[in-house]
Amino acid sequence: MTDNRKLGENQERSSGRRKFIGGLFASFTSLLVPGFLRADNKSKDVKWIIAGGYSPNDHHWGMGIDISKCIGCGRCVEACKRENNVPLVPFFTRTWIERYRILENGEVLIDSPDAGMKSFKEESTEDNVVRSFFVPKICNQCENPPCVQVCPVGATFQTADGVVLIDSEYCIGCRYCIQACPYGARFLHPETRTAEKCTFCYHRIVKGLAPACVEACPTQARIFGEIKKKASPLVRFLRMNKINVLKPYLNTEPKVFYANLDMEVK
Amino acid sequence: MACNLNKKSMFVVFARFIIERPMNFNPESFWNKIPEQVKRLAILIVILFALFVVVRTVLVPSDFGEHGHFRASAVEEIASQEIRYAGQEICLDCHDDVVETRRVGFHRDVACEVCHGPAAGHIDDPEEVVLEAPRERGYCPLCHEYLPSRPTGFPQIVSASHNPIKPCISCHDPHDPVPPETPKECAACHATIARTKAISHHVYVDCTRCHEAPEEHRAHPREFRPTKPAAREFCGGCHAKDAPGEKGIPRVDLETHEARYVCWQCHYPHLPEAR
Repeated sequence: MTDNRKLGENQERSSGRRKFIGGLFASFTSLLVPGFLRADNKSKDVKWIIAGGYSPNDHHWGMGIDISKCIGCGRCVEACKRENNVPLVPFFTRTWIERYRILENGEVLIDSPDAGMKSFKEESTEDNVVRSFFVPKICNQCENPPCVQVCPVGATFQTADGVVLIDSEYCIGCRYCIQACPYGARFLHPETRTAEKCTFCYHRIVKGLAPACVEACPTQARIFGEIKKKASPLVRFLRMNKINVLKPYLNTEPKVFYANLDMEVK
Repeated sequence: MACNLNKKSMFVVFARFIIERPMNFNPESFWNKIPEQVKRLAILIVILFALFVVVRTVLVPSDFGEHGHFRASAVEEIASQEIRYAGQEICLDCHDDVVETRRVGFHRDVACEVCHGPAAGHIDDPEEVVLEAPRERGYCPLCHEYLPSRPTGFPQIVSASHNPIKPCISCHDPHDPVPPETPKECAACHATIARTKAISHHVYVDCTRCHEAPEEHRAHPREFRPTKPAAREFCGGCHAKDAPGEKGIPRVDLETHEARYVCWQCHYPHLPEAR
């Protein structure tokens, strides 16, 4: 009698355990369902086409800057400001030119009056200038952008073509990204109070035009193009020159490549 | 059963309750068994969660996260920005004569909009929007004023001494800027070297004494480069012990004076006494 009851209880218990384990398995599996649904959603729009038939998935943009060709005329700075409605006040620039003067005693003078927009004036220094050159600077459109990491609301982001953009409607103007950018490429727009920076002239490149600064450079010091295609002006530029990027040790992987860059450039 | 309950963890009991709900389950008695504070807490959590869901649905745009952690329509908004610079290809449609002149001249790589400004408005309405044409003397020096930082060989002038007051375009056609006559003196382009040499002991040594510049160098400075001295014996032509010339020239014995090096590794020929 006792044995029988024990047996029955055992059976009951084991069937309960089986049910329990089964239920547990089912509930854990159900956790995966939203993930699968999402993956399905994603695979549907592998091709992301925005207005005008441009697909960010088909492109990967970069820029090459040849230091030995830059004459510091500031046409790029002005073109950028006029194209993108950047205030003409010197303090706000999406691209700017720095003049480097390396003195005999090893000291490095760096200046950028009015962001280089009105070219430069020859200034005599007491020490002998060993070498001197212009460095145009711009948002490096990093492959690992620190600015995107710190944005608390998802207002700055990287699209599939590698360009880092800012959603000015979504930006709350907290300036985290301005702090995070190791290249000082960002600023707060004085009117909209949102973060601003170079977009590689996104509205132009989606229509097959070059960015305004590239268009306006009289010496072809700037070269714009695809990084990953076999034949593009930029790929040729990368192949023919010894290439450096700014602050490579930060592992931001910039997509603005400099040729003939002096080691003093920071 | 009660003994079993104590042994198992609360999680297992709960999971079991969900999965194999007892047949004799009475919701009312179950509800009454829950302590009052747990009930209140549960209601509060439910309300907060509902509030979070509602606020999130209202605040987060529907297309957020479609292609990543951002608003997908923002990309379209950025891409729809107005274009100002039209690109130089389109200028050819009407101004083919000027474009053709420019295409073969020294300004062939300078796009029209570099000087004439953004032209998109002009293309939409050529009558109403007239482009700027900088005629004043201050404009060309933005590129052509002498700056030591500019790359060597780029044509530069010192505007203070280069035909002051006259507008640049009175002598130079900006669409085909051939200099009226190529400068004879080397200093017109190599100003830094000329200045340095002017204060050195080599001031009276002509450039051509050491460099042979082919005539074509004036028009195509990079394609036809001047020669440079190749050996110690070249400097020795003046500075060797037995070289002819004035007494004051410093002389060394080429055999014993640092024979491993060529002269310009230690002495800068344009300012020899300094380096």
